[in-house]
Amino acid sequence: MAGRPISPRPLSPHLTIWKWQVHAIVSILHRITGNAMALGAVVLFLWWLIAAATGPAAYLTFMAVATGWFGILVGIGFTWTFFQHLCSGVRHLIMDTGQGFDLGTSKAMATGTLVISVALTVLTWATIYIYKGF
Amino acid sequence: MGAGTDLGRVRGLGAAKDGVHHWWLQRVTAIANILLMLWFIFSLVRLPGLDYSSVTLWLRQPVAAVPMLLLIVSVFWHLRLGVQVLLEDYVHGAPRVLAMLALNFYALAGAAAAVFAVLKIALGAV
Repeated sequence: MAGRPISPRPLSPHLTIWKWQVHAIVSILHRITGNAMALGAVVLFLWWLIAAATGPAAYLTFMAVATGWFGILVGIGFTWTFFQHLCSGVRHLIMDTGQGFDLGTSKAMATGTLVISVALTVLTWATIYIYKGF
Repeated sequence: MGAGTDLGRVRGLGAAKDGVHHWWLQRVTAIANILLMLWFIFSLVRLPGLDYSSVTLWLRQPVAAVPMLLLIVSVFWHLRLGVQVLLEDYVHGAPRVLAMLALNFYALAGAAAAVFAVLKIALGAV
């Protein structure tokens, strides 16, 4: 757009001006969690699967790392990442049908994804702790 | 590129429907991911343990290997579409082309390696 006069008119408020609200947080979390899994959790999944296909020694190496304190920390992190992306994804599928756009419902659904993802993460690791015992 | 008519202005910019196709496949793989990931999590929880023999014996069964192959295809397809949107938003020009190339290689190579691993276990080559 060469030759276009520089106008002193105010620009549309962007990220630095808008007040953060739960919908915006859930929206950007959807992107962050999705891409974190695409480039992180998926690599760990590949490691697990290829280790199982390679043999007992390779599998033992994977399990030693996975059940160490750092492995469990990463595991809990990606469990929440997965459930947040899942809940947020379901929210998007609901919105794709044209539902839930009024302010109250929209806010409740966005908040709901955060509450449910944390609850499911706790449930998952409680199950692992009780039944697998480490 | 013409400037006279609406048709002239859009001609050569690529077919329409491509964005819709991307959008639709993102949803199809999303729904497939929900079903397959829930199956995956419940299957792992129901295993006697996550040790080598439990996991390989489980994956040797067709009822586990086939959904696992579907899961791999759906997850890698979904991530390929999702990361594409990230790159389109934040990376521009030549770096975007390279990043898209890397993404396609990553998704395809990862899926191929995972499929091979499952088949190797399922067909008893381990």
